[in-house]
Amino acid sequence: MGKRVLITGLGTFWGSRVAQALEADPEVEVIVGLDRNEPTVPLERTEYVRSDESYSILNRIVKAARIDTIVHTFLVVDSTQMSSRTIHEVNVIGTMNLFAAASAAGSTVRNVVVKSSTLVYGAHPKDPVWFSEESRRAVAPRAMVERSLLEVESYVRDFAVDNPHVAVAMLRFSNVLGPDITTPLAKALELPLVPSVFGFDPRLQFVHEADVVRAILFVLSGEVQGIFNVAGDGLLPWSEVASICGKRTVPLPPIGMGMLSSPLRRLGLELPPELLDLLRHGRGVDNRRLKRRGFDYRYTSAGTVADFVESIRIRRMAGDAGTTYQYERDVEQFFRHSPAVLDPD
Amino acid sequence: MAPAKKATKTTAKPRSSVKVPRSAAAPTPSVALVPVPKAASPERLDDPRRSDVDEWGRSEHMRALARRAYGPLYRSWHRVEWEGLEKIPTDGGALLVSNHAGAIPADAPAIMHGIEEQLGRPVYGLADEMFKRMPVVGTVWARSGGVLAHPDNAYRLLAEQQQLALVFPEGTKGTGKTYGERYQLRRFGRGGFVQIAMRAGVPIVPIAVVGAEEAMPILWKSAPLAKLLGLPYFPITANMIAFAGLGPLGAALPLPAKIKIRVLDPVSFDVEPDQPRYSRSLIMDESEHIRQRIQDALLDMLRNRESVWFG
Repeated sequence: MGKRVLITGLGTFWGSRVAQALEADPEVEVIVGLDRNEPTVPLERTEYVRSDESYSILNRIVKAARIDTIVHTFLVVDSTQMSSRTIHEVNVIGTMNLFAAASAAGSTVRNVVVKSSTLVYGAHPKDPVWFSEESRRAVAPRAMVERSLLEVESYVRDFAVDNPHVAVAMLRFSNVLGPDITTPLAKALELPLVPSVFGFDPRLQFVHEADVVRAILFVLSGEVQGIFNVAGDGLLPWSEVASICGKRTVPLPPIGMGMLSSPLRRLGLELPPELLDLLRHGRGVDNRRLKRRGFDYRYTSAGTVADFVESIRIRRMAGDAGTTYQYERDVEQFFRHSPAVLDPD
Repeated sequence: MAPAKKATKTTAKPRSSVKVPRSAAAPTPSVALVPVPKAASPERLDDPRRSDVDEWGRSEHMRALARRAYGPLYRSWHRVEWEGLEKIPTDGGALLVSNHAGAIPADAPAIMHGIEEQLGRPVYGLADEMFKRMPVVGTVWARSGGVLAHPDNAYRLLAEQQQLALVFPEGTKGTGKTYGERYQLRRFGRGGFVQIAMRAGVPIVPIAVVGAEEAMPILWKSAPLAKLLGLPYFPITANMIAFAGLGPLGAALPLPAKIKIRVLDPVSFDVEPDQPRYSRSLIMDESEHIRQRIQDALLDMLRNRESVWFG
């Protein structure tokens, strides 16, 4: 019997990417994707359910579809995307409901993958150069998104302890760059002058968007358990990142960034507190645990930045066609469920 | 799909199709994302680095510049003299442990410069996070080999990378001494340096330095100013008076005291490496023993010293 997978956040970048990749896997029998927003990429056989993350709906879906695998990608790590309140609802409440549903009596769930972030380690002068999965952060989190992710992780840990028969993998992804994803760091690197904090040249680590999806699929297929950092090899000074992008840095004052934040936002640059910490102190995570399990990266940190730059160059040359796909409920329903559509086999 | 996407995918694809051996039965997914656990020795990934800044933040290029700038000070100003340099291992990890003195301590750059010039291998200086907090200073400090004294950092440097790391267990308690307390070693922290060396399975090489105390002696300390500026101490040094004519630069310029460095016999520990914890009493014994040997060496060197300036 094939896997029956539930993906949270199907309308987000990661949810849709993972769904696309899983569709290609014949081992996967059913893919149910949940989101409040429609998927933005074409999907062949994923069943999209427009819903929020309320407990009652999740509980019913898990039961009705006999879900055995949950891929929890709907965790907001970019705090510029939405308000603090929404982030709290999505991350903390959504995760709480999801795991409550997954641990309900008679649950068929056996495999869970959670897409967390290395934001949980913070960025502080007292940090080690490399965080291992067991390292504790130096100081209590000050950024809202970091606090919410720590709460999420504690729910996941509770779930793993309460359900020893379920393989739970929590992946902490480093700063993601790639041809298609938009992150605050990517936006900063696309500006004519790359902002930096005066007097600081932190070392940063990157992971390629393709490696993110590959890592999620890797732990899914191997039923790997545990917490894993996912990040490319190597740390790059921010100035070097800018240099690979062919840019120069422009230093922002090390104090009083609060006052500057609104004019900067008008320039298309939003630097929430967790990013300002990162641009001062940087962060490195030890990626060897997942490698020891047999995962191999396609990109190093520098390779990720280089590929990101290359994609910008191509986009500039070829023009950005934007997303051409538009979800049409009736069309999708027709292809999935109409008796008129014949199975090629 | 967008043409940009297609273009980037085709650039990424040949690599992936070469790398991942796929079982014949599995259909090739359109995005080539199905991971297959791989055999050993994956091909080397493309790593287009632009600078030589290593994972610790050290740049050999920057170090070379720093050595060129500091060379005259080392040779002609402090006229640094080594004794027992051959006791520093030419390969393998070792933790160098030294006394620490002077408002802006002259011992750290002298030891790092001497070893890098003579042995041709890098020395990483472990220090607390004070430097990392400071704009500009923190970056320069890291590029020239400064690393936060965190147990994880020390372990990786010493055990996994077999590097030389220099640590001053007295910390700011040593450098914040006033001139009247010169050459009286402070407490060697809580012996963390011993524990790290034990865990990493590397020897400790004790080093005694004479001259740094006189290079920038603290005459008086202002506690309120230190508190205001968030510094461990705010000193009034002899240099500020001697070089008052040079303005703020004078406060940073050391007096031309002769610096003598004596490397003592390395200490190896008869314990299993990689233990989560070591006997507290063993750590304190070893720590105290090393401190005592450095103190004895200092007194011996001072007895034989005829002049602060000429050695």
